Amino acid sequence: MKLTLKVWRQKNGTSRGELHSYQVEANEHMSFLEMMDVLNEELISKKEDPIAFEHDCREGICGSCNMVINGRPHGPNQGTTTCQLHMRYFKDGDTIVVEPFKAKAFPIIKDLVVDRSGFDRIIQSGGYISVNTGGAPDGNAIPIEQEIAATAFDAAECIGCGACVAACPNGSAMLFTSAKVSHLGLLPQGEIEHEARVESMVDQMDKEGFGACSNTGACEVECPKGISIENIARMNRGYIASIFGSSK
Amino acid sequence: MSNIKLDSKTPKGDLKNKWTDYRGSMNLVAPNNKRRIDVIVVGTGLAGASAAATLGELGYNVKAFTFHDSPRRAHSIAAQGGINAAKNYQNDGDSAYRLFYDTIKGGDYRSREANVHRLAEVSTSIIDQCVAQGVPFAREYGGLLANRSFGGVQVSRTFYARGQTGQQLLIGAYQALSRQISKGKVKMYNRHEMLDIVKIDGKARGIIARNLLTGKLEKHAAHCVVLATGGYGNVFYLSTNAMGSNVSAAWRSVRRGALMANPCFTQIHPTCIPVSGDYQSKLTLMSESLRNDGRVWVPNNIEDAKAIQQGKKKGIDIPEDQRDYYLERRYPAFGNLVPRDVASRAAKVACDEGKGVAPTGLAVFLDFASAIERYGKAEAYSSGIENPTTQKITELGQKVVENKYGNLFEMYEKITGENPYENPMKIYPAVHYTMGGLWVDYNLETNIPGLFALGEANFSDHGANRLGASALMQGLADGYFVLPYTIGQFLSNEIRTPQISTDAPEFNQVEKDVEDRISTLMGVKGGQTVESFHRRLGKIMWEYCGMSRNAEGLKKGRQLIRELRAEYYNDVFIPGEANEFNPELEKALRVADFLELGENMMVDALTRNESCGGHFREEFKSAEGEAQRNDADYTFVSAWEWDDNEPILHKEDLTFENVELKTRSYK
Repeated sequence: MKLTLKVWRQKNGTSRGELHSYQVEANEHMSFLEMMDVLNEELISKKEDPIAFEHDCREGICGSCNMVINGRPHGPNQGTTTCQLHMRYFKDGDTIVVEPFKAKAFPIIKDLVVDRSGFDRIIQSGGYISVNTGGAPDGNAIPIEQEIAATAFDAAECIGCGACVAACPNGSAMLFTSAKVSHLGLLPQGEIEHEARVESMVDQMDKEGFGACSNTGACEVECPKGISIENIARMNRGYIASIFGSSK
Repeated sequence: MSNIKLDSKTPKGDLKNKWTDYRGSMNLVAPNNKRRIDVIVVGTGLAGASAAATLGELGYNVKAFTFHDSPRRAHSIAAQGGINAAKNYQNDGDSAYRLFYDTIKGGDYRSREANVHRLAEVSTSIIDQCVAQGVPFAREYGGLLANRSFGGVQVSRTFYARGQTGQQLLIGAYQALSRQISKGKVKMYNRHEMLDIVKIDGKARGIIARNLLTGKLEKHAAHCVVLATGGYGNVFYLSTNAMGSNVSAAWRSVRRGALMANPCFTQIHPTCIPVSGDYQSKLTLMSESLRNDGRVWVPNNIEDAKAIQQGKKKGIDIPEDQRDYYLERRYPAFGNLVPRDVASRAAKVACDEGKGVAPTGLAVFLDFASAIERYGKAEAYSSGIENPTTQKITELGQKVVENKYGNLFEMYEKITGENPYENPMKIYPAVHYTMGGLWVDYNLETNIPGLFALGEANFSDHGANRLGASALMQGLADGYFVLPYTIGQFLSNEIRTPQISTDAPEFNQVEKDVEDRISTLMGVKGGQTVESFHRRLGKIMWEYCGMSRNAEGLKKGRQLIRELRAEYYNDVFIPGEANEFNPELEKALRVADFLELGENMMVDALTRNESCGGHFREEFKSAEGEAQRNDADYTFVSAWEWDDNEPILHKEDLTFENVELKTRSYK
């Protein structure tokens, strides 16, 4: 299949970027990133600068890949990361627009590579349970209701890719942050620090320049792991409790 | 030949008391001294993140490095199945000894008894620790932890978190690491790649790292260096490893005198999605659990296989009596659930006979039709449906299979575009894990004092074949519960050593070496891409050092690699500059190291005149084609000292005081 690609090229964080057109010959069995590999090999062979993009596991779990494809983070398919998208979902002759995850808090490094370290700092601000290695009680000491464990798990599936931020008109990190808050806060082990955790993680989120939530729900639609916006409601309840006095 | 004496430093005493006694008598570093000691940890996967977090908690000053944009991206995250622990929660007779025994046997008697027993002992603490961190393991209705069974064992000791156990464990370790970062006990260096180690007076005292955003080289000093940099499966180009996984940190250490142990022991996983074309960048694993219900087969005759390869026939067109369920035929006792190495080799044999079922000829069927029918009938019976139609049975059966493996079937369909409920899956073996790695003693210290290696980066626990759900166990055991103790054996002698300065001439020298290496590669300005060389290297490795090997092929493979390496330094082209963000240069440095490691693997495989675990030498097999070990001559660890002309072999003899060496049979 012959495709026209319009790819965002930007030399570095301070230079201006723009869309460049490329012609690519792909086949339907390729993954989207393999199609990008083919294009890059061609560019390198012509001694041109290859397109920088982030990728690693190529099986949808590491959270590295981050392309906005035809206006949608990770492309047109539901529950799919960029690396899991295959070319059979495109047609011969298609024009595909490829851009980075754009948000104020994700500064561009080069081309399609952005800096998502703000996510790390949100986790560092409280996205953990304060236990040291050793001295943990037996794993079966505290039974956990299956459904609670499952809900915590649904939130814990977040891969930290940032699609939620890229999808949000405000560049908000509420889905990411609330997923961690829910994962830990729902479990008896993490419940103890819940309110303090919510407060410091939300503060850090604001400090990083992520926007506010205006309930558009775009984040949930584009999340490759199907993280629910119910988590945002749960975090908001925790935040209110931490500001206006304990819920206990 | 240099004078290296390998001392495993295994403590004396009863196997089951060794670790406890040793721990109780080893040297400690007092808290006031820990504050003055710096430790570098390279790699932030399960082993690295757990070690860095724990060392920070203990009070050391830790600097942690990852080439990723975040420590959470390490490839541990992709592990699907589970983590073993001898908890005996299922009351099925499990114990530390049994886990130890299974691991030694599964490894075909090529690992060190004392290390493996320690691994089994600490396995239970890992589960406790992870639960306390909030890892959402699967649970029973009563709220207690659930277990399942894995290949090569007779108990249920595998803890799991859906099909994402690696992800959940890594996030647990990443969060513990993040907590130490927030406390200032760990300084995190993202997007930094270690390109060399620095030795002062023979001890590892620091690293040279490249800031991947700016291309600048940085000198980092510490009292000791810990490598947790994963395995080297990407030497084969195509593997289930992530694209960035590489051998460079380990190999650079080898170039500075560390020894590479058993490099030819690689694990080829039998159930991966087959290669579909030359553009392919990586392979995807389909969980081992599928072999519980899937039956592996190829057509009986080559004509049918050819018709399938050409797309004229499909799997379902082949009548039952024209199919060869070769695992069930060859291994009636274990059937489709033989261990990984055995299943992989059998698939290769079938395809070599011309019976492969993909256009490339390199695939076998994994068929769920029998399971669908069986489950469908049972389901119809329990719902009270009398004389169900075939269609109804299929419909009910598919639902059961979907509940068990739905996400895997979906993944398969996403990648191949074929519906595995209707047509049997096509699978083929792929490189998955490397049992070999840096040689370490009982303290996880390499032969370079002060240089430690953890997790997949070391060779220590899996022998010639790793059992399922044991990689996660080993990574976390090393990082949470072994290294934080054993590192004290080295550091207790360093409490009077002042902070190491990067002004030392050794740092400048190594930095200069790295600069030269980079400018040599950048300066070639040839006509071929890095990727094209990597691909060719992978083909050589797979052809001559893959699922089965022979002396002639290994010699040829070695020669081909040497030629390819020469060509690389003559004709590789790296775009861009050294002092900027340059992913092609990163790749070029990694491929340069793979081009040397590959040769080491060939030499290692050639030296080991026996078949054991993942290492199958065609000259050493029984009349029925099964692997033949040679315990009399090869019960040792091969530890290689690198030399550009001829690597030098050092041997660590393995002694088995607690288990009897037996032939592994799955007939």
